[in-house]
Amino acid sequence: MMENFLIALQIMVKGMVGIFVVIAILTLIVMLMGRISGSGKKEDEQS
Amino acid sequence: MDLQFLWEGLLAITWQQAVMYVVGIVLIYLAIKKGYEPALLLPMGFGAILVNLPMSGVINQQMEGIGVVNGIIEWLFNVGIEASEALPILLFIGIGAMIDFGPLLSMPSMFLFGAGAQFGIFFAICVAVLLGFDIKDAASIGIIGAADGPTSILVSQVLHSNYVGPIAVAAYSYMALVPIVQPFAIRLVTTKKERRIHMDYKPGTVSQRMKIAFPIIATFLVGLISPQSVALVGFLMFGNLLRECGVLGNLSDTAQNTLANLITLILGITISFSMRADAFVNLDTLLIMFIGLIAFVFDSIGGVLLAKFMNLFRRKKINPMIGAAGISAFPMSARVVQKMAMEEDPTNVILMHAIGANVSGQIASVIAGGLVISLVAAYL
Repeated sequence: MMENFLIALQIMVKGMVGIFVVIAILTLIVMLMGRISGSGKKEDEQS
Repeated sequence: MDLQFLWEGLLAITWQQAVMYVVGIVLIYLAIKKGYEPALLLPMGFGAILVNLPMSGVINQQMEGIGVVNGIIEWLFNVGIEASEALPILLFIGIGAMIDFGPLLSMPSMFLFGAGAQFGIFFAICVAVLLGFDIKDAASIGIIGAADGPTSILVSQVLHSNYVGPIAVAAYSYMALVPIVQPFAIRLVTTKKERRIHMDYKPGTVSQRMKIAFPIIATFLVGLISPQSVALVGFLMFGNLLRECGVLGNLSDTAQNTLANLITLILGITISFSMRADAFVNLDTLLIMFIGLIAFVFDSIGGVLLAKFMNLFRRKKINPMIGAAGISAFPMSARVVQKMAMEEDPTNVILMHAIGANVSGQIASVIAGGLVISLVAAYL
């Protein structure tokens, strides 16, 4: 059981790190897309 | 004249089957009277009665002088779930078509709460292992914390768990009980003052182009990092692309309504195959229900603690209850958080932030499902 528990702990650490990495990258991409579309909109308004 | 066949069935009922009739009736009662996930619990409840009738014709039977006679529910299970996991995966097209990622895309910081609120999955895996389940079953049980019925069914089926039935019942039951479970968990780790925190709602602009690009980029990214998530995330995002592309209104409507309803209808009664008395009536089922509750509680706690941690570095504080809305139960969790905020301060409106976190939870839960499959497979 102890061996399985250690595996479960490793799954916990790797799983949470994995989710945060994927979500953090998605967050950055969405922020970037927001900036790009925001600046595009401003340029449209100026012209 | 020998009329023994008239009561043969009655005499063949075992006490375990009798228990399953009660379970079936309770599920039907909860669906009709309490309105708890009726689209799933009612078919599952009725199916639990069907599959537990002695010599039931809905599951394969060996008949004297005839041979094997196929049963419809066993066939549906073999084809729709066991052979391909088609039913839960196809349901994701409908779910994706129903989701508006707009509130999330306009507040990207809400993404993080979807990740934080998956903590219960992994905590529950550890608890399940400590209670004696092997890694495969523990991971399948832990995924109840995804608060997402199709993901729970899919992961437990892919991992060949022996407990698909109890896991599905626990997942849907606790999703229905979110209004009871989450306030309890949130109050455990928040103060009244924290629950009163107001948040400004200043959404960024979200263009149509961004809404179209998001499902494609998300699928690509998640697919590269967690290939096992592709079926889940890919079909979720495919449904969303149908919704957002603007040229497939009919398909989007079909996915949201006809497809989702049809699959939900079949999925509920199909999953009842795993609710046969011999597989369901045992101590493990009770343990699974208990661990499922722990998973939901620690999902909420994980999300709240993440919000509190982020507040250490922020000038404008986040209402930590938003973190608990990062579970996949949409839109119930967001509504629960808003209701709690208004109970503390009737002028406090945090619904849009909660919806953003809640939508993020839908993405994060399917990513978690894929990651759990990959990680468990690596250790087996």
